[in-house]
This record gives sequence, C-alpha cells and structure tokens, in this order.
Amino acid sequence: MATLGELERAVMDLLWAGHEAATANTLRDLLAQSTRAQDGTAGHVGKDLAVTTVLTVLSRLERKGLVERERGTRPHRYQAVSSRADHTAELMHEVLGSAPDREAVLARFIGSVSATEAETLRKLLEHS
Amino acid sequence: MFWTSYFLAVLAIVLAWPVPILLSRAQWPARSPSTAMLLWQAIALAGGLSMIGAMLVYGLEPAGDTLLAGLRSLAGMVFRNEPTTVLGFWHIFALSAAALLSAHLVFTLLLTYYKIQRQRRRHRELLALLAFPSADGPRTMVISHDSPVAYCLPGGARSVTVLSRGLMAALQPDELRAVIIHENAHLSQRHHLLLWAFAAWRQALPWLPTTRLAQEAVSSLIEMLADDVALKTESKASLIKAIAIVASGAGTAGTNGTSEARMAFGDASAVSDAGQPGATGGAGPAVITASRVSRLLTPRPPLPEPLRYAVLGACLLLLALPTALLIVPGLLG
Repeated sequence: MATLGELERAVMDLLWAGHEAATANTLRDLLAQSTRAQDGTAGHVGKDLAVTTVLTVLSRLERKGLVERERGTRPHRYQAVSSRADHTAELMHEVLGSAPDREAVLARFIGSVSATEAETLRKLLEHS
Repeated sequence: MFWTSYFLAVLAIVLAWPVPILLSRAQWPARSPSTAMLLWQAIALAGGLSMIGAMLVYGLEPAGDTLLAGLRSLAGMVFRNEPTTVLGFWHIFALSAAALLSAHLVFTLLLTYYKIQRQRRRHRELLALLAFPSADGPRTMVISHDSPVAYCLPGGARSVTVLSRGLMAALQPDELRAVIIHENAHLSQRHHLLLWAFAAWRQALPWLPTTRLAQEAVSSLIEMLADDVALKTESKASLIKAIAIVASGAGTAGTNGTSEARMAFGDASAVSDAGQPGATGGAGPAVITASRVSRLLTPRPPLPEPLRYAVLGACLLLLALPTALLIVPGLLG
C-alpha cells in the first residue's frame, strides 16, 4: 500500500499534467491506470485504491494550499492552485534570498561576485 | 553591588559596540573560522548577560547586599506585598527594563524559531512533491530548475540537501561531490542553530547595528567551515571551480552576465535589510563568496596555536566574568 505522501505526489503529478479540473473518481481511475501501465513496479500507488482515500489525499493537499475545489459542481472537481514551475520558482525564491525568512534554508552554495573577481575566476576556469 | 553594576554596564557597552566592530574588520577569522565562531558566540552571550545583569544589579542594590538577597526581597515585594519604599524610581525602572529585555530576547528567539520551522515545513512539503531522490547520496534530492543552486534544509532526521538540475549539468562529478560535502557539513555541524540564534539576536535588537555585523560574520564563517570540510576529501581546484561556476552561472543566465549578477545581489540585500532602518549595504552573498574564494586562492596559515588558545581563553573569560560578578558575591555573602 502506498503511503499518503506517495499518493499526494502522484495526485499532484496528474493534476499538473492534466491542466484541467478532475473529480476524485477520475483521479482514482487515472492512478489505477498508471499502476497498470507500469506493471506494479515503481509507482504502485493506484492498487486497490478507494475513492475515499483519494478524497483524503485531496483534502490534505487542499489544506496545504496546493489544490482547490470547484464549489459549484457535484461531485467536486479539483485542480492545482499553481503550476509545478510556479511552485519550483517559489522554492528557488526562498533559496536565492528574496524571501524575508532566509534562515529557513541554509546557506545556498551560490553568490555573485564583482566584475573583476568574475574575470579572475573565468581565467582560472579556462586554464584548468 | 554598586560597582558590579557599573562594571557590567561598561562590559555590555564594550561588547555591544567597539568589540564587534573590531572583530568584523579583523582578517584572522578567515584563517581560523571555528575559533572566530566561538568568539562571536561568547561576545553575544556575554553581551546579553551583562546588559541584563547590569540593570538587575543596579535595581536590586538597595534591596540586598548580594544578588541572591536582593532577588529574595524583590520576590517578597512582588508576591507578598512587602513595602517597596527602599526602591527609588530609577531602581524600579532598571528592574522593569531588565525583565522586559529578558522577556523580549526569549520571546524573539522563540518567535524566530517558530517562523523558521513553519517555513521549513512548507518548503519540505513542496520538496516532497517537486523533487526527486538523487543518485549522489542519501538524503540528497534534485529539483528541476535551470539556475545552479545547492542548499540544505535542516530538520533533524529529515534534513535534506537539494541540488538543482542546472547545477548538476554545470558541474563535473568531483565538483559536485565538493558541493554535496559542503552542504552536508552545514547539516552535521548544526550551522542552522547558529544562524537561528544570531538572526534572533538581530531581530531582537535591530537598533544595535553590531547585531547585523555579528549575523553577517556568522553567515560567512559557516561557509568557510563547510569549505574546510570539503577540502579534506576534495581538491581545492574542484571546490574553487564549483564556487566559480555556481557564482558566474548565476550571472550568465541572462543576456548581460555581470549586470544581472549585480542586480540579483542588489535585490537580495535590499530585501534582507528591509524594515531595518539604518542598515545599509553590508556583506551580502557576493561579499561572502568573494571572501571564500580569496581565502581559497591565497590561503594563509591558521592562527598559531598559542594565539588560538588565547582567543579561546578570552571566550571563557568573557562568559565567566559576568556570571562570576553576578553569582560569586552571593556565594561569599
């Protein structure tokens, strides 16, 4: 049985790939399909999956602010709040120092240098 | 008691102003970063202790001959309604200030901890969805992003080092190893605790510009310490090349390399200083990178042993002095 974390990841992958809202039923079927396609090896997340489990995963993701529900329709249709690239950009923003609480991630292995230093470094790289 | 409070006040002022400025300008910390790190911690701790101690001792002076006796009669006044007539206005003022400052420091420390933890949790949640396990080592993950970035996210057993695809594409295996060892050194040496304490220290006393100097010095020293760990197993050339590629790669992502790098640096420092009036410029990532690289390119020998022990002795003295001044009269009396 896949853990909730693995399921969250699989659901987000589907929502990010799909670009449109999906119901828990649709997602369950898609998860089951991807399991069969991979022949139960690496990502065996969809095996014997109940719709209630998918709903649990979706509500966890909703609480984390990653998916949103379309209120009007029933059954509810879910979609990703923002794209994979946007979330990645959010993380990188934090790392590269524009976030107010830079202490959360520790000491990026990065920085910028002055023009002369960059020149020195570039020479160093050419010679090696 | 009376002279003790004056001595503690002088110590607090010296540790709050001239000493951090001198230390932040000194060249030797790059030669022995761990010694310098201890000294910064001793200065901050002793500074806080003597700041609070001076006010406490001054305020309690009429209440008792020793700190202990003073605290006991103060407790009587507060909890059992005993007469407070021995305390003048300034004594009560100093005592209130000591209590407020202590509470403020503890509260800021906890608040900073809470904010950092919350942000790390969010970061970890997103990583769990976005990043992939890396083949380069345990607790190493890869995230799809073009900028060459490596960082670590502390969190006990869930600590993780994150590498970007851009970084992995730009670096040779030996350079990548140096980067990973560097990041793992941050985690194993618990550098996040130092950053937390000094970030809180700066947050608590933003009007004291030397708290900014301390935070910057600590940020730079942890990088040097992590570099030194990487140098134990990887060649200096690999490490320098890794730093250089990462640093210049960040700039060449745009069309006009250097100006973009400067823009990024300017933005970063502007944001980190926001809301803290009086803070201008200072050591941003660029300065730290520059001092790291120059220290690798033109290495200087570590401080001679006797000098290192002298600094360590000074650290101990710094911590023992205010403590002794506060406690020992009580033991003798």
